[in-house]
Amino acid sequence: MNASTSTPAPAAIVVDGLRKSYGSNEVLTGIGLEVAAGEVVCLIGPSGSGKSTLLRCVNLLEEPSGGVVTVGGVDVTDPDVDLDGLRRRIGMVFQHFNLFPHLSVLENCTIAQRKVLKRPQAEAVEVARRNLDLVGLADKADALPAQLSGGQQQRVAIARALSMDPQLMLFDEPTSALDPETVGDVLAVMRSLAEAGMTMLVVTHEMGFAREVADRVVFMDAGVVVEQGPAAQVIGSPRNERTKLFLQRVLDPTHVRGDAAEGSEG
Amino acid sequence: MTVSARQRARISRGAQYAVLAAAVIVLIVVADWGQLQRAFFDPAVAAAQFPAIITVALKNTLIYTALGFVVGLSGGVLLALMRMSSVAPYRWLATIYIEFFRGVPALLVFIAFGYGIPTAFGVRFDTYVTVMLALGMVSAAYIAETLRAGLQAVPKGQLEAARSLGMSHSRAMVSIVIPQAFRIVLPPLTNEVILLTKDSSLVYLLGLALTQYELTKFGREAISSGGGLTPLVLAGVCYLIITVPLGLLARRFESRTERKAR
Repeated sequence: MNASTSTPAPAAIVVDGLRKSYGSNEVLTGIGLEVAAGEVVCLIGPSGSGKSTLLRCVNLLEEPSGGVVTVGGVDVTDPDVDLDGLRRRIGMVFQHFNLFPHLSVLENCTIAQRKVLKRPQAEAVEVARRNLDLVGLADKADALPAQLSGGQQQRVAIARALSMDPQLMLFDEPTSALDPETVGDVLAVMRSLAEAGMTMLVVTHEMGFAREVADRVVFMDAGVVVEQGPAAQVIGSPRNERTKLFLQRVLDPTHVRGDAAEGSEG
Repeated sequence: MTVSARQRARISRGAQYAVLAAAVIVLIVVADWGQLQRAFFDPAVAAAQFPAIITVALKNTLIYTALGFVVGLSGGVLLALMRMSSVAPYRWLATIYIEFFRGVPALLVFIAFGYGIPTAFGVRFDTYVTVMLALGMVSAAYIAETLRAGLQAVPKGQLEAARSLGMSHSRAMVSIVIPQAFRIVLPPLTNEVILLTKDSSLVYLLGLALTQYELTKFGREAISSGGGLTPLVLAGVCYLIITVPLGLLARRFESRTERKAR
């Protein structure tokens, strides 16, 4: 059951009334969000605002406490849903890469193709090499993850997700754990993915990236969507006070040292 | 006069060496070397222990250890899985088992299997079966905890990454989590084997036939017929022949995986 039947491009992700709580701690309090096919949406907001939790509810790494999440028209909260089949179509990139350390770069990109998609070895290798080439790491195919820089590992993680031919990609703060000088390479790969028409939902603190690449920016705070709209509008001329304050802190951290403490959290 | 921290450290180190050297000198001067040699390493007594100490005692120690390890490892895998099961009663059973067999002396378990159960139930186990059960059931408790710790030491993100690629839970465990846990577990598991090797000496309780003697029993019988401590020293060396290479192997593997996973 797809919520948006009239739009020409069917919504890739529809989130409606999503709630998530851990015990008595309510992290998401009724989130509504739509991502159209081919759209790039950036989730921004302070730490602890529920951005990552929202993202993780989309492929059910976190189980929603209430509300509905549909991906490609499939209700992921339905207990009978083929979860593995669904996740296979949703690529996910983690903050800490989560590459498989005991496998080579190439094997990282082939193992799920072989074990889940049952692709023959030769085909899996071909797909993996194509995607490693796409992220600029074709020459690192035989390296182990530990031999790569953080930025390189994250690009391998993107190639690993792409090797499953996903219909959409989730990025959970993909550059937050990186050395500053390697951030650019990862963002460049993401930008080229966006230009190729990939549907992307990105949790990020990179305002420059959000402004340039995102079709839409969603600002979250304290478990709710506070403001959303075109990137230029939300980042360039935010309407909500909380959005303004957040952007002020992020874009010019030295300016508001006085109240930086309350906003910073791990 | 002021003494810098570095000078103080040098003086302290010098003093420690001096104490050590003095102790060694005193020992050399005071000790009765002839007496010591007769007590600990009498060549004639030593020669008399061969070849039985190798062909019987060492061999049996290895057999008992291997039997115990086979049961211990399979039991340990089962218990570790039960311990992490989503079915609560399995978890309880495993916990009770582990706490019990980890908490009571292995000696007591041997007595139970050697005398207690045979008398109470009127059954009689073969010696090898008794050893297998007693050693195996004790080591299963330790091995289960080692395995569980290894599995849980694999970061949660690994399972999440595997699941996000569409792998089922069991597929993710087999392809991603267990291979990593195995590397983590190998050094402590080697430790378990070393402990098991030494615990196999408890077999002496069971009333063994001559051909079933293992190292400790063998050495004990040999010293009771006179000849000083030489047989025990030899038995001790035989234990080291088993355990030292195991320890080295574990350390080598440890440093190799560390380099890999750095």
